[in-house]
Amino acid sequence: MSELKLERIDANRLLLPQTGGMRVPGIIYTNDKISALLQSDESTKQVANVAHLPGIVNYSLAMPDVHWGYGFPIGGVAAFDLEEGIVSPGGVGYDINCGCRLIATKLSLGDIKSRITDLTTALYQHIPSGVGSTGSVKLSGKDQKKVLEEGSGWAVKNGFGLAEDLSTTEDGGAMKGADPEKVSARALERGKQQLGTLGSGNHFLEIEVVQEIFDETAAAAFGLHKGQVVIMIHSGSRGLGYQICDDYLALMVKHSQETGIVLPDRQLACAYLSSPRGKDYLAAMACGANYAWANRQLLMHHTREIFEKSLRMAPRELGMRLVYDVCHNIAKIESFTLQGKTKNLCVHRKGATRAFPAGHDSVPVRYRSVGQPVLIPGDMGTGSYVLVGQEKAMAETFGSACHGAGRVMSRTQATKAARGRSIARELSDKGILVMAGSRGTLSEEMPEAYKNLNDVVQVMHEAGIAKKVARLKAVACIKG
Amino acid sequence: MPKYKLFNHTADIGCEIFGKTRKELFANGVTALFDLILDRKSQQGTFLAAAVWTTLEEKSITINGNGLEDLLINFLREVLYLFNGKKWVAIDCRPLEITRKRIVAQLHGEPYNLKKHPVTMVIKAVTYHGLSVKKTAHGWKARVIFDV
Repeated sequence: MSELKLERIDANRLLLPQTGGMRVPGIIYTNDKISALLQSDESTKQVANVAHLPGIVNYSLAMPDVHWGYGFPIGGVAAFDLEEGIVSPGGVGYDINCGCRLIATKLSLGDIKSRITDLTTALYQHIPSGVGSTGSVKLSGKDQKKVLEEGSGWAVKNGFGLAEDLSTTEDGGAMKGADPEKVSARALERGKQQLGTLGSGNHFLEIEVVQEIFDETAAAAFGLHKGQVVIMIHSGSRGLGYQICDDYLALMVKHSQETGIVLPDRQLACAYLSSPRGKDYLAAMACGANYAWANRQLLMHHTREIFEKSLRMAPRELGMRLVYDVCHNIAKIESFTLQGKTKNLCVHRKGATRAFPAGHDSVPVRYRSVGQPVLIPGDMGTGSYVLVGQEKAMAETFGSACHGAGRVMSRTQATKAARGRSIARELSDKGILVMAGSRGTLSEEMPEAYKNLNDVVQVMHEAGIAKKVARLKAVACIKG
Repeated sequence: MPKYKLFNHTADIGCEIFGKTRKELFANGVTALFDLILDRKSQQGTFLAAAVWTTLEEKSITINGNGLEDLLINFLREVLYLFNGKKWVAIDCRPLEITRKRIVAQLHGEPYNLKKHPVTMVIKAVTYHGLSVKKTAHGWKARVIFDV
């Protein structure tokens, strides 16, 4: 329970006034429908904790899917001054560049309806998922180094996709400044066998159908139309990313003590961006980000192959095209205008998606007239949303929006609530075919464990941070 | 006194660990970790049966930390790495020496085998969030949050 007092700014924002050691106030994007959920966990306190960190600019922010994480809240956004500010591995998360990729097809639901079981089974059998799964690609030390430096580009160069896929991936699928020398032997070892694996927990591959279009112009630019079959992939940097975070957190706990950075929570351990320790982390984190992009690129490539084989269709008939790939666990140096001056800042997005507006240089040329696609996966039963970034995001949220529905039930609560029920059957009654490695995952990830995605997205839409473009309904889902 | 107790955390798993002594506290932390990862409660008997015991490998680990809290996290991080990174399951843990800065422990375990060790939960990391290690009237109590 949080004792911190929140004040309503407007229908979609709450202010957390600056108190105690907070260097800036906090702002939580939420409305009356979902704000009561803030009382049930420690996320408000976490927003306050982040506001204690050196060099934080303007506000400690939380998106409407905010919930209790470790260190930063999940759904947290904070930007730091490059000279006086810090970078925190806990502000990125263990799964560096966990993110989503949306793939469009030329298919409509009718084209796959009769073959959905076979198709989903094929995906489930051939896309490695779940605990201890290993990928089809075994990396040599030399190749792994290339993956860490080149990201999706490495995958495309080696036949896992098309050059055009890179143009619609955030950062072109490769973050600059990656230095494999800054990644530990343990992290490298863990990464060798996991490229092209989905993982477990909330990671998934979903076949969805476009159910509703809200913005015809943006939808047309993204190549989306009602009734179209699309595929959403949610995965990240696997064990390599976890190990990078774990290694640097331990180093930064020491660094924070040595440099006298006062931390309200040790998980916020950090290093000044100007220090060698801070720079090393960013170089290692970029490796993790690039591994994740290569991973999602491989997952997409395998999905393409399985669709072709299972539906006996030529690539041209399938027309699979990457709509966009976003990361939602990352720290990035980006440029913003503050009080009329342009400044580079280090933006942490921990469970938050970049949402750049029309005209921004970082938005792919083909979408530049409408803005960047923002991919918001929901729970298994609801499906997902595609939004488009707005100018207001640059002014208010350092170009960021929410990343999902956000949990409301702990995993143990969800497991209890699912006892005696068949979640797979309940979903199948709604027309959603689910194949998962374990019953436990299905219980933990049951739809009720999450906030209502429609409410969460509505806050972003009404606040003018990211506007609704399309709503996608789940048809089939594979999980680890 | 239970070895550990779970508490609710929205996204992750909270765990209170107990021990009459510091050594017991650290050993119970390892028990909690693997009870969560593996579906072990139902198999506890077979895990420690004498016949199994003789086939286990022995590993000695020495871990350093700056105070008991830091030491506990570093210790559990190492044991978790043995599983996540080296695919090795620690079945029994016996701390031999412990100070506020260092622990030497003997682990008995075996290589991970999917058929023998069904995994019920993937633990990504042992976090520092909300961490505490305290002396109580009955011994020691720690609070740790595992990232899942």
